Amino acid sequence: MIAKWLIKENSYYDSVTLMLVTKEIEARDDVENAVVVMGTDLNKDLLNNVGLLNDEIRKTTANDLIIAVKMKEDKFDEIVAKVEELLSKKTSEVGEDYTPPTLDSAIKHMPDSNMVVISLPGAYAADEAKKALENDKHVMLFSDNVTIEQERELKELAVSKGLLMMGPDCGTAMINQVPLCFCNKVRKGNIGIVGASGTGTQEIMVQIDRFGGGCSQVIGTGGRDLKKEIGGMMMTLGIQALAADPNTEVIVLVSKPPAYEIAEKVLKTLKESGKKAVVNFIGGDDELVRKYGFIAANSLEDAAYKAVALAKGEEPKDAPLFEESEEMIDKMVADERAKMSPDQKYLRGLFSGGTLCDEALKLFTKEFGGIYSNIALTDEYQLKDNKNSYKHTALDLGDDEFTVGRPHPMIDSYTRQQMILKEAEDQEVAVLLMDVVLGYGSNEDPAGSLADHIKLAKKKFADRGQYLSVVAYVCGTKEDPQNYEQQIEKLKDAGVILMPSNAQAVRFAMKVVRGL
Amino acid sequence: MKVNELFKQELKVINMGLRSFAADIKSQNVEVIHVDWRPVAGGNKKLASMLSKLKGK
Repeated sequence: MIAKWLIKENSYYDSVTLMLVTKEIEARDDVENAVVVMGTDLNKDLLNNVGLLNDEIRKTTANDLIIAVKMKEDKFDEIVAKVEELLSKKTSEVGEDYTPPTLDSAIKHMPDSNMVVISLPGAYAADEAKKALENDKHVMLFSDNVTIEQERELKELAVSKGLLMMGPDCGTAMINQVPLCFCNKVRKGNIGIVGASGTGTQEIMVQIDRFGGGCSQVIGTGGRDLKKEIGGMMMTLGIQALAADPNTEVIVLVSKPPAYEIAEKVLKTLKESGKKAVVNFIGGDDELVRKYGFIAANSLEDAAYKAVALAKGEEPKDAPLFEESEEMIDKMVADERAKMSPDQKYLRGLFSGGTLCDEALKLFTKEFGGIYSNIALTDEYQLKDNKNSYKHTALDLGDDEFTVGRPHPMIDSYTRQQMILKEAEDQEVAVLLMDVVLGYGSNEDPAGSLADHIKLAKKKFADRGQYLSVVAYVCGTKEDPQNYEQQIEKLKDAGVILMPSNAQAVRFAMKVVRGL
Repeated sequence: MKVNELFKQELKVINMGLRSFAADIKSQNVEVIHVDWRPVAGGNKKLASMLSKLKGK
């Protein structure tokens, strides 16, 4: 084995770009390990773990690019050329436009800019966000690893100026019909959303679109906004903004269950807005929501269904459990079960969206009493080893431990591909349940990147005289950049049963495992 | 509130960090500037903090 490295001083690239390049280089047959990273302390640890750290690399800074490769024969020059080609391709995605070196110079260049989107490493992100707010710019802060004290300081500054401070850890927003970061393209309409959960917000947007409604504005707050330390500052400001927006007639709030006093504070602000509203504190206090005269939703799909009814001036009812008739669903379930062997009994959920996984856990727990997970609802069901499923399990593959040194599973399917094959080794598995999230930010062909592995897994079961049922939901619209119909076709072609919402996919999978 | 002024304006974005976010915004014919950001003082936090004090910030 030959190990070679190259250091390019003062060549900064963002982590997602570098991870995607690394992945392409590692896929070569003649490469054992490839690491293309900036010289941060964390990356030096990573290089050390694969035996590629040396004194020269130790001296690099976070501004220096390191290309280090372990290979069977010396093809280093060829590999470096390929890395450079890939980097220049990725860099040219934003065109040949002027790219100023600092936020100050960008503001000078575009003084009428009104939104700053920040996805820098967490250690630097808060300072840049503060600078943006001081310059009267609204901020979407995608980065995580920002402290809660910094979050509080940023949001206090934003509120004092009447500015949006979406995040930290805000993945989804749509302002003036422009999807930002991870976001679907949906119809324009009169429903405004304030969301503290990324894929939860995406699911509600997509379902609103599916039911014929549309969105006016979608404001993200970041997952910690409703914690006591932050006190719902951005959700409150978001509600007030939608209250004053003549194009918004219905407001939808979505968040994991907040602390009681924060929920009350938010609902009071919502009451003052005078607008119709649906609230989904996923698995939270519906009584409190009703006490304030608002509609509570029992799933993300249900929140959308009721919001669209309100937006059309209709009486909101619960969303049907399935779009298809009960007879049709029961027949599909029976067909799936008839092909299985008696020892197949477990559901395995492999999710890329955290809130979609959380919704699955809650729906499943209501009927079955519990399900194991890396983000379990109770300690009793927390997996001992998060990489090994046990009995009924649903995994959030976007959780930190699965994303060290790798892009999020919504960008890169590698982790999920490996997990699909791993589950296929377990002959007690009956159903694989998955979400496929489309929209800006996501993989350009998520269904295509999963289809071959699904076929392989199904074949492994068939070779054992068994049958693997795969149930999926494509969270996307026909306006998304991936081509919705093609994504659906690719999954159908792999033998996947598709449901039109996350909640329905979970219910279908539960029907299959019930009584097995 | 400034947010409501934003709702009436054309969105104009400055992007810092992942280039793909800027590319997505640009693909929708929305004006966007990508900042060619790099860590202050090569990521040396002590040096960066001294520099920022020198600038009086």
